[in-house]
Amino acid sequence: MSGTAHPGLNLGASDARAHERSETPVFGFWVFLMSDLIIFGILFAHYIVMTDARAFGPGPAQLFDLKSVAAQTSLLLASSYTYGMASLAMKHRERIRPVALWLIVTAILGATFPGLELRDFANMIAEGGVPQRSGYLSALWALVGLHGLHVAVGLVWIAVMLALLAVRGLSNRTKTRLLLLGLYWHFLDLIWIGILSIVYLGGLA
Amino acid sequence: MTDARAEMRRYAIGAILSAVLTLAAFWVVLADGVARGTALWIVGAAGVAQIAVQLRCFLHIGSASKREDLHLILFSALLAGLMIGGTIWIMTSLHGRMH
Repeated sequence: MSGTAHPGLNLGASDARAHERSETPVFGFWVFLMSDLIIFGILFAHYIVMTDARAFGPGPAQLFDLKSVAAQTSLLLASSYTYGMASLAMKHRERIRPVALWLIVTAILGATFPGLELRDFANMIAEGGVPQRSGYLSALWALVGLHGLHVAVGLVWIAVMLALLAVRGLSNRTKTRLLLLGLYWHFLDLIWIGILSIVYLGGLA
Repeated sequence: MTDARAEMRRYAIGAILSAVLTLAAFWVVLADGVARGTALWIVGAAGVAQIAVQLRCFLHIGSASKREDLHLILFSALLAGLMIGGTIWIMTSLHGRMH
């Protein structure tokens, strides 16, 4: 392995040139991810502070459906794993087909997630849990909504990568972008662990 | 291909450990007779452990990483910790004094 390993999957062993080219973009992307972490961190703090600010509106027991949350958790974890398989196929097999297939599996798992989340949001609205109902609900919608928005952006990005793979194949630039998308996708699962622990399980414990 | 094998195993271990930690957190909340305080601590600990597992197995963060990258991640974590911890501390204290 080269001595300049960066956080994230390294291409050094199989493609030294792609590895070298990806170093600066990967570092820059970590700067973005860490800024994003600060945004989510503040929203988490906001949510915790607002936990009791319900203004007699609905709370976790009326709003949350743990079965749906469990399904969403499994989908995100599984898609994080399948994205890892796509990364490894890119690194070691250097063929478009396996990479594209794992990306498609990831996209299918990932696309089911917002589907379930939207259904949950609809149920929350039906229970009177709209964002303007209380400080607690504003904080909840901001935090969970921003994560859902990130997942939706990630899905668009996966679609773009599939198109790029079809048009340009596994060029060095495509490889770098796949590395960045991998960091993004795994990062979203980390944020979800926080939402699961603090919002859903913490709210219903 | 040994490199590929080892990396494959790492992702598998990460996924299995994450699944076990998630199940543990759900179990504590759904089980009868676990006090709310205890349940919160266990859910929190399982969450932190799972984040550590995924940082290691999925995002490959370790001592082999370049120093400036690790500094960035650690400093951001410190900032997030200060802002989250500080906000909760100050606002809880304020809340207590308002009554």
